[in-house]
Amino acid sequence: MALKQTLKELWHKLGSPRWFYQISGPWVTGFGVLAVLLLGVGIIWGLAFAPPDYQQGNSFRIMYVHVPAAMVAQSVYISMGIAGLVLFVWRMKVADIAIAACLPFGIMLTSLALFSGGVWGRPTWGTWWEWDGRTVSTLVLLFLYIGIFALREAILDSQMRARASALVAMVGTINIPIIKYSVEWWNTLHQPASITLTAKPTMPAEMWLPLLVMVLGMYCFAGHNIITRMRLEILRRESGTRWVRDLVLPESTLKGSG
Amino acid sequence: MLLSLNQLVCTREEQPLFEPLTMQLVAGHCVELLGPNGAGKTTLLRTLAGLYSQFEGAYDCPDFLFQGHPMGLDELMSPLENLAWFAGLEGHTFTDERAADLLREVGMINFALTPCQQLSQGQQRRVTMARWLLSDAKLWLLDEPYTSLDKDGQVLLNALLSRHCDNGGAVLAATHMPLQVVDKGELPLRPAQVSA
Amino acid sequence: MNITVLFLREWRVLIRNRAAMINPIVFMFLAVMLFAVGSPLQDNTRALYGGAVLWLIVLLTNMLSLDSLFRRDFDNGTLEQMMVTADVPLLAVLVKIIVQWLGTGFLMVLLSPLLCLFLGLPGTAIAKTALLLLAGTPALSLLGAVGAAMTVGFARGGVLLGLLVLPLFLPVLVFGASAVSSEVAGISANAQLYWLAFMSMVALLIGPFATTAGLKISLQL
Repeated sequence: MALKQTLKELWHKLGSPRWFYQISGPWVTGFGVLAVLLLGVGIIWGLAFAPPDYQQGNSFRIMYVHVPAAMVAQSVYISMGIAGLVLFVWRMKVADIAIAACLPFGIMLTSLALFSGGVWGRPTWGTWWEWDGRTVSTLVLLFLYIGIFALREAILDSQMRARASALVAMVGTINIPIIKYSVEWWNTLHQPASITLTAKPTMPAEMWLPLLVMVLGMYCFAGHNIITRMRLEILRRESGTRWVRDLVLPESTLKGSG
Repeated sequence: MLLSLNQLVCTREEQPLFEPLTMQLVAGHCVELLGPNGAGKTTLLRTLAGLYSQFEGAYDCPDFLFQGHPMGLDELMSPLENLAWFAGLEGHTFTDERAADLLREVGMINFALTPCQQLSQGQQRRVTMARWLLSDAKLWLLDEPYTSLDKDGQVLLNALLSRHCDNGGAVLAATHMPLQVVDKGELPLRPAQVSA
Repeated sequence: MNITVLFLREWRVLIRNRAAMINPIVFMFLAVMLFAVGSPLQDNTRALYGGAVLWLIVLLTNMLSLDSLFRRDFDNGTLEQMMVTADVPLLAVLVKIIVQWLGTGFLMVLLSPLLCLFLGLPGTAIAKTALLLLAGTPALSLLGAVGAAMTVGFARGGVLLGLLVLPLFLPVLVFGASAVSSEVAGISANAQLYWLAFMSMVALLIGPFATTAGLKISLQL
């Protein structure tokens, strides 16, 4: 009963940008430190110490960037969809701030995934680009991101922009599993013997452990980046309010001013 | 009571457009929204119609008809077909005779079967008036009802408004030209006080 | 709310606004012709690609037609009247989408023998192609309507409509194209058919809600 009450209060508090700003500070630092640690360890481990793949030699190591980027890019989009739902149902302003913050990071990460996929493909299959299940899924994800971005650019009214992006993010999120499945299915038809990288279940621990580290590190990086953007956006949107002024220009809160 | 506003204020980008409004509108009253251009008259009417969702306060508007700036007529269809569509939207039974009577009343019976794109703006405005008569909504929310009407059209509009109010209806209208009806009320939209 | 009257109006508009219906279909045949003339494929390989080209053209034609789904009503004020006056705006929106489908997807089903002929697909594939179109085009109309609703307020919404809607169309393309290729090769395409039907049903569940919500947003811009 007490837990339910605290959760409810927490939920209500979450609707306040100011409260979010105040509690998110330590999270940013925490995620940042973890990200640097995990990504640092992961990159060195993956690039230098993990055993080379028996088929692809050393070129597979780009996987340590490509796979985490692709995974986190997709998770970020799904987070946008969830934020969209929160906005529609509970009308929380913070949800729109979250969507606005996830967008640039998501686009960057998806592009990184596509680029690293190309870097992977060049030495491995001799081509920068290959139409297979994963590249198509990632490319579609990029278009889903750009769609929301373009929509936000086109709508001037901030409330309607929020609702429109939330709606499109939700519809996109519902479609992600369908798109993924259809593309995987298409892939098994068209690319019978291509990219599996020594099939994941049988990947030795020395190979997938650094991958796990990279994935976790990438999530932490996402957390750090997105929350930082959210905090900046909150400051920007609430720039007329007292608490922001007090925060940014403490010397202006002299007696008699304001 | 046909309309009740309780500290209602429409907002845009979280800024209020006017001072909060509190009023009740009962049957038989015809109220004019006052305010300069940009005061928020159209926004208020659209809010009451449910088309605009950014507002604070509360309103209750159970049984209404909305006439916005665009005519609301399909230009590919004739007045008769448009009236049939409105009746279908509202769930009324529709007979050609009733529609003909209404069109006769607004002076458009000779154009009952002409596609609306061949009618002038003033003629289309008369068709919308027939639409108001078709509906049995008690409250009329009208945005610039005099637009495009000639002198006769204006006389017709005034007559219809008076009759509607006499028969237990009410009107809330935003208009540049004052309503020429007996005993009309006013609802001014005052600019919101800018907080220091 | 009288559904029959709503259908009657949309039907009348469809018939009278002939250009809005015919232009996409003409585009469709032009595209087919360009493919046939432009591709130096032999008859047998043309059959292989015919499925993909057919569905690609179906997608693009739908996008053309969707752009005008709500635009006229938005401009002349009947859209806001519909949203304000209807007891259940969702149903009114669904009626519009259904009639749009009748004018595009369903029309394509009826024209599928011609399409197969021009694309070099064998006669044995016609029946299945028609069935596949019947199963898949509703998804296109229902999902595309969401994009149309979001972009109706913009003057040049066409490109944005495509950007929003094409990722959603992709699964239909994938299954439809592979199904036709399978049919041509003599392999059963039932799995794809069921998937297309499934997607149309999912689209029916989320499309109208999202479209109505999108219209409410566009009417406030």
